[in-house]
Amino acid sequence: MSESAQEASADLDALVATGLAGLVPRPFRVDRSRRETADTVTLTLAPVTGGSLEFAAGQFTMLGVPGVGEVPISISGDPTWPDALQHTVRDVGGVSHAIASARAGDVLTVRGPFGTGWGVGDGEGGDVLIVAGGIGLAPLRPALLELLAHRHRYRTVTLLYGARTPQDILFAEELAGWRGRFDLEVELSVDYAPPSWRGRVGLVTALIASVAPEQTLALVCGPEVMMRFVTTELLHRGVPAGQIRLSMERAMSCGVGLCGHCQLRELFVCLDGPVFRADRVLGLMAVEEL
Amino acid sequence: MPNQSTGTEAVLDLPGLQALVDALAATHTVIGPQVSDGAIVLGPLARVDQLPVGMGDDQDAGSYRLRERTDRAVFGYAASAVPAKRWVFPPREPMSRTHDDGTTVSVEPVLARPQRPVALFGVRSCDLAALAVHDRALLARPVPDPWYAQRRAGLFIVVAACTTPARSCFCVSMGTGPAPGAGFDLSLTELVEGEHRFLVTSGSPAGEQLLARLPTRAADTVDRSAADAALRQAAESMTRAMPTDGLAALLLGQPEHPAWAEVAQRCLACGNCTLACPTCFCTSIVETAELGSPVSERARVWDSCFTADFSHMHGGSVRTGISARYRQWMTHKLGAWVEQFGVSGCVGCGRCITWCPVGIDITEQARALARPAGQEPRERKP
Amino acid sequence: MRTMAETLADYPFFAGLDDEAMALVAGCATNVHLAADEFLFREGEPAERFFLVRQGRVALELHAPGQGRVVLDTADDGDVVGWSWLVPPYRWFTDARAVVPTSATAIDGACLRGKCDQDPVLGYQLLQRVAVVMYARLQAARVRMLDLYAAPGGSRV
Repeated sequence: MSESAQEASADLDALVATGLAGLVPRPFRVDRSRRETADTVTLTLAPVTGGSLEFAAGQFTMLGVPGVGEVPISISGDPTWPDALQHTVRDVGGVSHAIASARAGDVLTVRGPFGTGWGVGDGEGGDVLIVAGGIGLAPLRPALLELLAHRHRYRTVTLLYGARTPQDILFAEELAGWRGRFDLEVELSVDYAPPSWRGRVGLVTALIASVAPEQTLALVCGPEVMMRFVTTELLHRGVPAGQIRLSMERAMSCGVGLCGHCQLRELFVCLDGPVFRADRVLGLMAVEEL
Repeated sequence: MPNQSTGTEAVLDLPGLQALVDALAATHTVIGPQVSDGAIVLGPLARVDQLPVGMGDDQDAGSYRLRERTDRAVFGYAASAVPAKRWVFPPREPMSRTHDDGTTVSVEPVLARPQRPVALFGVRSCDLAALAVHDRALLARPVPDPWYAQRRAGLFIVVAACTTPARSCFCVSMGTGPAPGAGFDLSLTELVEGEHRFLVTSGSPAGEQLLARLPTRAADTVDRSAADAALRQAAESMTRAMPTDGLAALLLGQPEHPAWAEVAQRCLACGNCTLACPTCFCTSIVETAELGSPVSERARVWDSCFTADFSHMHGGSVRTGISARYRQWMTHKLGAWVEQFGVSGCVGCGRCITWCPVGIDITEQARALARPAGQEPRERKP
Repeated sequence: MRTMAETLADYPFFAGLDDEAMALVAGCATNVHLAADEFLFREGEPAERFFLVRQGRVALELHAPGQGRVVLDTADDGDVVGWSWLVPPYRWFTDARAVVPTSATAIDGACLRGKCDQDPVLGYQLLQRVAVVMYARLQAARVRMLDLYAAPGGSRV
């Protein structure tokens, strides 16, 4: 083989190896399945072989069931303790039903982690405001855990969480613990509640109290309409759009920008996102059926 | 490193062309144009008499007909009905197999590993440009497509310069033809006036090496000026053009232009354009499991942004309307593509125009976007 | 002991009103204290007052056969409860119940309506403030109508 042919062959081997690493899954065993709500569980996974999955808060994986299929699911675990890979999965479709039904000992497949993270560290020295709606708390839990792991580096840390009903509140025990902390402000609100509910009822935006706009990094995740509404409120309060980060969701098949499904105009949500600066996606979110 | 020059010119006659096919066939699976089911398609090729000898084509919006030429040209037609992409990017590519016997689960990658590399013979400048587009969309990425990489690595390309464009063609306006750009191993320009011959040019060291083994004669000024004239005449005869000036901005900046709703009344969302397009690369990963078998397979299959399912998330599709799906396809192809990959996704082959069952013309749609809302095009005289 | 005008000045609702206007409003205001589960008002009753929550939580509720009581909204510290005093027929549309022990400032709506009629500038300033509250609550109600967090295709409740 000539020198250039050898080079070309080495280049090809490298390309193929990188490609296969992203597109061929690894088997992970379910260590534990914890029921969060009627339709949502948190799975703790460990690799069948090989090392644990290092990830950044806000990233996702393509989580699959052999013979059924895969879907993009945010990692909901602790980025400072990647040995336990956690996903909080809502049973809303064929594949997610199969995943949510997995029991301890079952084997799932994992590709990733993929996508951009929250960039929590960018908020160091300032205030961090987390606004979550519904299942949107799952991808924000790693951000909060990272903040708490390095709590002294930040000024105020606030979690505002809107859920549908008191029964739909995720991580309920952990939330109770967070509410008891003196270095963390936690407010939650539900859309529907019986009179026995002592908490707040209303939209999550109503929870936004006074902010120091220039010093605030806002991390927002929830249904797109909720994120638009929260962003409008934060902009109204003077938080620069560049300091508001949103986690977008679109259909995904490959997770690495090759299949085309997740395109939001020029953006590949899987690759350029899922976490975007608000000023990058606000205009795109305004276009119907984009 | 030996001096491997390129750009050597020579002349082949018909037996010389057969010698080229034979030389390629010794190491490659040769894929070339041939008539099948009333159309010129690409398929395995062993002999030059399998080529569409003396055949031409008439292609226009929603219309494709073969016709007999008055000469014995073997490349006397425009873009093949089926683009070359399937030979490097097949409609179904197995990716991995999962073995789950109930106690242990393992996943094995499935590699492309073609037994023999493919030689594309007689593909057009637009096909060559499309390969370069795919290289950007599938290879020069954070996670490259490993199967495309394997198939692409061994590919040998003999491009045939286009001397008989169809009415659907607009490669001149896209800057992709009719003369081939870079990226080929050998280029052929067919000359039918006088002696039936081919001006052959090498475009790579591999092409140069192969050319040296062929029974050629030196190219003279008559050959060169005949080839130049043929290509110039082809360029001048091209009737369609894409209005590329400011097109990306027109596409990206007008998501609510009435042209989208108008085209949606005609578009059937059949996805023919995306299958016929040489650069469309959207896929889905599908999982198949056989009853009673512990093995399931994941494969990448071609998909189309024209299906409602394509944008389906839990709860529903993002693009429920055909206007949104047509907008996605065209805005991506000619607008967002440039931002993503630094090059337009359209190579001007005209296949989407020819193979649209209702004759939607992407160049006309581009012109519609340049018109202020409410201004209708003048009726075409029948 | 703080004056009523000082108490009112703590509410964001009154921010920007001049001293004269504050004095007029203070003339219509009284402080109230509610035990948990005590009602501020009941559906259908004449709406003669509105409330500003100083500390605590008030739930706006309706009851429906088969659904029991449903909490429509809650008001927390600094929030305003009630605008039926402003709009004929001046009757409460919902119940308002203190969820926890709550202290609030009650404003006599009939008294304030009279003052606003005499002083359109004051009336406009108050209406602007009420409009902001109503707008925010209407927007929130509209977004909640979408039931965004519901399971796809699932039914409400």
